[in-house]
Amino acid sequence: MYFRPVMAVMLRYSYLLRGTPARWMPIFAWVAIDIVLWGFISRYLNSVAPAGINFVPAFLGAVLLFDFFTRVMHGVAGVFLEDVWSRSFLNLFASPLTIPQYLLGLVLTSVVTSLIGLAVMLVLATALFGLSFFSYGLALVPFLLILFLVGVALGVFTSAMVLRLGPSAEWFVWPVPAVVSPFAGVFYPIATLPHWMQGVSKLLPLSYVFEGLRTILAGGTPPALSLVWGGCLAVAYVLLACWFFARVYRDAVRTGILARYSAESVN
Amino acid sequence: MQSVLSIKELRKVYGEKVAVDAISFEVRCREIVGLLGPNGAGKTTTISMILGVLSPEAGSIHIEGADLATHRAQALGRTNFAAVYAPLPGNLTVEQNLRVFGLLYGAEGLSERIEVLLREFDLVELRRVKCGVLSSGEQTRVALAKAMLNQPHLLLLDEPTASLDPAAAREIRARIRNLATSGQVGILWTSHNMYEVQEVCDRVLFLSHGKILLEGDPKTLPAEHGKQTLEDLFVTVAREPLTLGQG
Repeated sequence: MYFRPVMAVMLRYSYLLRGTPARWMPIFAWVAIDIVLWGFISRYLNSVAPAGINFVPAFLGAVLLFDFFTRVMHGVAGVFLEDVWSRSFLNLFASPLTIPQYLLGLVLTSVVTSLIGLAVMLVLATALFGLSFFSYGLALVPFLLILFLVGVALGVFTSAMVLRLGPSAEWFVWPVPAVVSPFAGVFYPIATLPHWMQGVSKLLPLSYVFEGLRTILAGGTPPALSLVWGGCLAVAYVLLACWFFARVYRDAVRTGILARYSAESVN
Repeated sequence: MQSVLSIKELRKVYGEKVAVDAISFEVRCREIVGLLGPNGAGKTTTISMILGVLSPEAGSIHIEGADLATHRAQALGRTNFAAVYAPLPGNLTVEQNLRVFGLLYGAEGLSERIEVLLREFDLVELRRVKCGVLSSGEQTRVALAKAMLNQPHLLLLDEPTASLDPAAAREIRARIRNLATSGQVGILWTSHNMYEVQEVCDRVLFLSHGKILLEGDPKTLPAEHGKQTLEDLFVTVAREPLTLGQG
């Protein structure tokens, strides 16, 4: 019985996907373009760099992992935004649906769409540019888990911001991955950054993933402790984001924002 | 008759403005109660609080004995609503909307229930049409079908016939009247159509400035206050509430 409302949230999005081909574009088209673009950049760098240096696992692998995180984050926020665009809040939240069930529905929908995106990226990167994901070894499992959790945390957090600030705050959702990427060290070691930026990086679980990735490519083993710390940070951020969403929701119920939700009423 | 909705001392304040001022009332099983009043009287605020999308500053709401504040899911599982300002998602078809909301409300035997409602509200031909392209009358029928999905014991209808033509409105009124007399449901109904209210409601509550000003049988209430029709009484409530001897 608990999962029926969760299924309703997922079913609603599956109907939207089925009915609108354009909704498939963000799931795999943009990530496919990224893989092709960075694949050719990596191939070009291989041709001009001294022999023996392979940029494909460093750049393309990093792009693939970062796109997976982006896909999860946009997946969670995108399902939430569908409710904003169709002005469904009144019908949704006047039903027995609870906030934990709603958030679980958003996350599980994002899991499905992100796995589709990941599969497309893996096929393209392997088939076109010879990237072998197995070369990263078992460390790939905690890498993907941390990226997934951070994507969920930021997706829930930005959804809460849109609920609080109104539909016009949608712009806040899309650039978040671009904003965090310089601090995450996707393409360069964190040591490259100025001290204050390194301080921010230490609070970002993503930075532990990309540092770990580079350690593997350099022939080392990523320090287990830093991955555990990154994982703990990611779990803490998920819990904080869910708490923040619930808090914003309670405020919206108290102030009447939820009952009269629209760009005009909130702003 | 058993009470399906019990409201006690309900109060809502927006800043300095008191939208709902310590109102108390009940809706009993098989009863249709009209919640009447001019724009801004507090009708929609009251309904929003009963639906749990707006929290009161004070007071309590019990739906079939379940306290909405502490047993929200249980209380709302027995409730449903239709309102002109809450259309169903326009990017889903009629059938898809009914299935999604049926799951949300935990409706039993959902597929069969959807078929029954599609036939009952004359929506079979429209089942694969997206709600966004339906006429306002058709959208109202879909909203009413959605409101019946979980066979609610408390049904909130906020101007349910506002966008229907007279023939369709009469049919819907008869259907809801029949539902109230034969089923296990209590209905709270708002409308600005006093003819409709007189025809459908067993009891009416007149709201003005967030307070319940009058309560009674819509057929006898106008005469009790020296008015010829319910509409005359409504106009008096809207323009000169103090002349009705509010305490």
